[in-house]
Amino acid sequence: MLCQQCQKREASVHFTQIINGNKAVMYLCSQCAEKKGHFVISPQLNLGDFLWGFPGLAQSEGFTTVKKPDEVCCDFCGLSIDEFRKTGKLGCGNCYKAFDESLNPILRRLHGGVQHTGKVPKKAAECIREMNELEGLRKQLSEAINNEEYEQAAELRDRIRVLESSDKQCGGAI
Amino acid sequence: MKEDAAQPLPGIDTAISSRIRLARNIAGYPFTTKMTDDQGAQILEKVKDAVFSGTDAQKRGMEYIELHSLKPLDRQFLVERHLVSPEFVERDENRAVILRKDEKISIMINEEDHLRIQCIFPGMQMKEAWELCNKLDTRLEEKLDFAFEKNTGYLTCCPTNTGTGMRASVMLHLPALAMTGYIKGILENCGKIGVAVRGAYGENSESTGNLFQISNQVTLGQNEDEIICGISNITSQISEQERILRLELYKQSPLRFEDRIFRSLGLLKNARIISAEESLKLLSDVRLGVIMDLIKGIEVGKINEMMLMVHPAYLQKLSGGELKPDEREQRRAELMRTHLQDSIQ
Ligand SMILES: [Zn+2]
Ligand SMILES: [Zn+2]
Repeated sequence: MLCQQCQKREASVHFTQIINGNKAVMYLCSQCAEKKGHFVISPQLNLGDFLWGFPGLAQSEGFTTVKKPDEVCCDFCGLSIDEFRKTGKLGCGNCYKAFDESLNPILRRLHGGVQHTGKVPKKAAECIREMNELEGLRKQLSEAINNEEYEQAAELRDRIRVLESSDKQCGGAI
Repeated sequence: MKEDAAQPLPGIDTAISSRIRLARNIAGYPFTTKMTDDQGAQILEKVKDAVFSGTDAQKRGMEYIELHSLKPLDRQFLVERHLVSPEFVERDENRAVILRKDEKISIMINEEDHLRIQCIFPGMQMKEAWELCNKLDTRLEEKLDFAFEKNTGYLTCCPTNTGTGMRASVMLHLPALAMTGYIKGILENCGKIGVAVRGAYGENSESTGNLFQISNQVTLGQNEDEIICGISNITSQISEQERILRLELYKQSPLRFEDRIFRSLGLLKNARIISAEESLKLLSDVRLGVIMDLIKGIEVGKINEMMLMVHPAYLQKLSGGELKPDEREQRRAELMRTHLQDSIQ
């Protein structure tokens, strides 16, 4: 995840600070942590607060809070963005799509990356392969049309139709 | 977990156990945070079906246990043995656990995610744990559609698990690092590279047997092998430092070193009442003595088991029922004495 102070370097340290008697925990890179001096490892913290930044610290320099969008709700499970803010927990796979904009920076902050590179379920792998093939064929098709190779374009179009008819949702997010 | 006494376990001098946990959710259903009672019951059935529909070999030794059927003592017992999480036993509606007899596999159903597939192996056996967990997961995905998206990976209830859904962890016994205070620097360094370290049973490391759990925090952007490799590397580096320090401490003053270890052994062999905290503190010394071949005639696996035995639920189960607190202290001392009887100096 990225440093909450500079938002540039990889965060590597849990930084605990007491502000007005409240404990605040930040994830910082080693440079920013060094500037702050003392740090403590402290894994226990309110997940919701952590994911969304620290409202109480919003004014102080270097802190970013995620702006609250208008009440967005997931249309599959009904979770509101407010509920997510409070608990830090999602309601279903569709939430990932519904809260995409808010979730992406959070995932980046937590993990550093946002692209899955690990295991893929067999069924989803098959489907992703087909989707990639479809994407490639569409590209070829538009090139063929641009180059006025109509015979090849017709052939490509047929193959695209066959693949499209088996229209699947990869893995089934919801 | 139960151990095969026959072959020596890799890394057992510092590593108690290696664990892989995968978080999975079933597509088409809300996560546990948003599901209805009815949906929760359907998830239970689906998972049970998927696990027990395989060949005989695959389901051999597997047992399906609904949480509401367990007494508080039995629930606590599963927590103490790390087979389920403490959060899991807090509520019991639509929750079940599937356990394999050898305790290497446990599947929590409807914990935070629909499935938490866990494999634990004794000693330093991350790869072995991952192999088994991966095999089990692959078999389950033939029957179950897991919520998955090609960019985000496995979709989990909490964004801290998104991606691989994997938590790889090793439980380490680090008496020398803890005794000398060097552990603090190590904990700080782990924090810097995104690795979580937790005292195994709480904050004060001595009263918890100097056990520490090392685990990954990042689950997205790294694949499973990279995560395991990272945790294995850190674990072996910490273990190496612990080994060097153990020898150094001994070299500095063999007499003092032995004195401490044999005093601890003596206390455990003679005490008539003893608390869990004191037992763990002493067992940590005894484990160190066994590893360094100062105490002979007792297996390190047995000490590991004794470190679990001191906890209230296991203790009471071994005694065949509920005990009052002072009865526990007495019973605990008896157990320690019986188990250490064979150890010759
Ligand atoms: Zn920074
Ligand atoms: Zn949702």
